[in-house]
Amino acid sequence: MTTNKESSSVSEAQVKRVNSRSIFSKALYFMRRWPLIPILIMVVLLVTGIFADWIAPVDELEQNLAFRNMAPTWGKANPCCDPETGLPYENQEAKPEQFGCEMDPEGVGGLNCDSVRGRSEYMRAKKESLPRRKYILGGDNLGRDVLSRIVHGARISLQVVAIALTSGIIVGTLMGLVAGYFGKWVDEVLMRIVDVWIALPFILIALVIAQRFLHSGGASFYVVVGLIALLAWTPFVRQVRADVLSIRSRDYVMAARTAGASHMRVIFRHILPGTMSTVLVIASLRVGQLILAEASLSFLGAGIPDPIPAWGKSVKDGKDFIEDAWWISFWPGFAIFLVVMALNFFGDWLRDRLDPRLSQIE
Amino acid sequence: MATFFVLVLSRGSGDPLLLYANSGYGLTEEGERVLREKLGLNKPVPIQYAYWLGRTLRGDMGETILDRKPVARIVFQKLPSTLQLAAASWILATIVGVPLGVLSAVRRGTFFDYLGRSFALLGQAVPQFWLGLVFILIFAVYLDWLPAGLKGESAWDIKYLILPTITLAWGAMAGYLRLTRTAMLEVLDSEYIRLARAKGVANSKVIWKHAFRNALIQPLTASTLILSGFLTGAVLVETIFAWPGMGDAAIRAVNNNDFPLLQGFVFFFTILFVATTFITDILYAYIDPRIRYD
Repeated sequence: MTTNKESSSVSEAQVKRVNSRSIFSKALYFMRRWPLIPILIMVVLLVTGIFADWIAPVDELEQNLAFRNMAPTWGKANPCCDPETGLPYENQEAKPEQFGCEMDPEGVGGLNCDSVRGRSEYMRAKKESLPRRKYILGGDNLGRDVLSRIVHGARISLQVVAIALTSGIIVGTLMGLVAGYFGKWVDEVLMRIVDVWIALPFILIALVIAQRFLHSGGASFYVVVGLIALLAWTPFVRQVRADVLSIRSRDYVMAARTAGASHMRVIFRHILPGTMSTVLVIASLRVGQLILAEASLSFLGAGIPDPIPAWGKSVKDGKDFIEDAWWISFWPGFAIFLVVMALNFFGDWLRDRLDPRLSQIE
Repeated sequence: MATFFVLVLSRGSGDPLLLYANSGYGLTEEGERVLREKLGLNKPVPIQYAYWLGRTLRGDMGETILDRKPVARIVFQKLPSTLQLAAASWILATIVGVPLGVLSAVRRGTFFDYLGRSFALLGQAVPQFWLGLVFILIFAVYLDWLPAGLKGESAWDIKYLILPTITLAWGAMAGYLRLTRTAMLEVLDSEYIRLARAKGVANSKVIWKHAFRNALIQPLTASTLILSGFLTGAVLVETIFAWPGMGDAAIRAVNNNDFPLLQGFVFFFTILFVATTFITDILYAYIDPRIRYD
C-alpha cells in the first residue's frame, strides 16, 4: 500500500519535471534516444538507390573525354549567373556552332569540326562554361560524372546487399532452426559445416571464383551477389540456434507439441517469431560488412562488371590518378565509409534497444 | 579438437577449378588437343587434382602462362614481402589496440572511453582501400612526407612500410580495442577483483597483475586469427601501395588469367592460413585450462 502511494508520488514528481523541461532539452533527450543521423543517412541511401535515375544530375554512363579528370565544379569558378543578363549560365553553355563545329546530324558520329583547333577550343569552352549543376564532384578518368556514378552506385550496392542478405537470412535462419530444434547429430553436423565455412578465407575463395567467371563471360553481377551471400549466412546460424535452444523449452512450445502440432508447425508458428528480433539485429549489424565486402571485391576487379558503376570500382578507377584527380577515388570511398558507419551505428543502437542481453552479438 | 581435422581437409582449396578455362589463345584443333594431353586435362577431375597435389608437394607448381617462369620461384620471391607487412601490421595493431582497450575499460564512461569507442566504430566501418588512398593523399601527395608505394631495396627501409602497415592494422586496432575493452570490463566486474580491492591491493596492481592477465585470453586467441586474416587480407593494401607481395601478384594473376600462378598463390595462402588457425586452436587449448578437460 505504502509502496503504491510512494511510487505514484515519485512518478508524479518525475512527470512534472519532464514536462517542465524546455523544448530544447526535450529535443536533446529525443535525439539521444534515437540515432537520427544514421537513420538519415540510411534514408538518403535508400532514396538515392531507388530514385537514382531522377536524382543523378547527369547520365552516369555518358563518357566524354573532354571532361576527363575534370575538377569538381562545386564551389569553384563557375558563377551561377551571368551578371548582365541575370540568366543562369545554363543557357550560356558553349555552342558547337561558335567554333565551326556541328553535331553530326545523324547523331552517331559526334562532332564534326572544320578544324582541329576549332574542336579543341570548343571542348575547352564547353568545359569552362559548364553549368554549376553538372559534374559537381568532378569527372572521372573517362569523363563521367562522379556524383552520378555515386548515386547509381548506391542502387547497385543496395541491390547486391539486399539479395545477398535475404538469401543469407533465409539459409542461415533455416539452418539455425533445424539445428536447434532437432538437436543431436543434426546439430553436430550442421555446426561443423558452419565452423569449416567460417574458417575459410573469404577473399581467396572469392578471387578464385571471380577469376573463373571473369574471363569466360558469364553473369558477373549474380556471381558477385552469390559470393556475398556466401559470406552472409554464417552469423545467423549460431545465434538463431541459441535462440531456438532457449525458446524450445518454453511452456507454450511444449504445449503445442503436446497438443499434437507437427514439427513444421511448431517451428514456424511458435519458435520462429521468437527469433525474429535476433535476426533483425544480426542483419543490421552485418549489412555494413556486406557492403564493405562487395566494395572490396569491386575494388580488386573481381566485382561488378563495367560499365555499371559500383562504389568499389570507382575507387579503383581513380586509384592511378590520385595525385591529379583525387576526387575520383575520394568521394565514392567516402560514400562507402559514411554508409557503413551509419549502418553500424544503427545496428548497435538496435541491438541495445531490442535486448541488452544480445550485446554478446558482435 | 575435431575442428582442426576439418580444417586440414579444407585445404583442398588449392583449387583445381583453375585447370579449366583453358581456351581462347588461338590454338588450332590439333594444337589444342596436344596441349590438353600435356596438361592432363583429359582426365577426370579427381585424378587431375591428385597429379597436381603430388607435383606441388614436390615443389613443382608449374610455370606461369605469362613468361613461363616457374611458379614456385615467383611465389617464394613474393612471400617475404607479404610476411613482413602482415607481421608489422600485427605487431602494430596489438601494441596500439590492446592497451587502448584496457585504458578505455579502466576509464569507463569518461571522455577517453568515448574516444576509444568512436575510434573502434570508425575503424571497423572504414573501407581499407579508401583509407589507404586517403593516407596516400595526405601524406604522400600533399605533405610529401612518405612515399606512396613500392618497397625499398632492403628490408629495413621502413619508410615504405609505414603507411601500408597503418592502413592494414587500422581495422584490427579497432577490433582489438573493442575486444580488450569488453574482456577487461567483464573481468573487472568479477568477484576476485573485488576481493583484491577489498584486501587493499593498490589499484594499478589490481588492474595490471590480476585483471589484465585474465582479460588477455580473448584478445590473445583473436590475435592469431587476426594474423591469418592479415596474411590473406593484405591483398587490398598491397594493391593500393603497390607493395610487391603475394596478394598483389595474385590479383595480377587473376587479371591476366594466369591460373598456374594463381593456383600456386592460393595454395600457399591456404597453407599459411591453415597453419595459423591450427596454432590458434592449440594456443586456445593451452591457455584456457577450462577447455583442456573437454
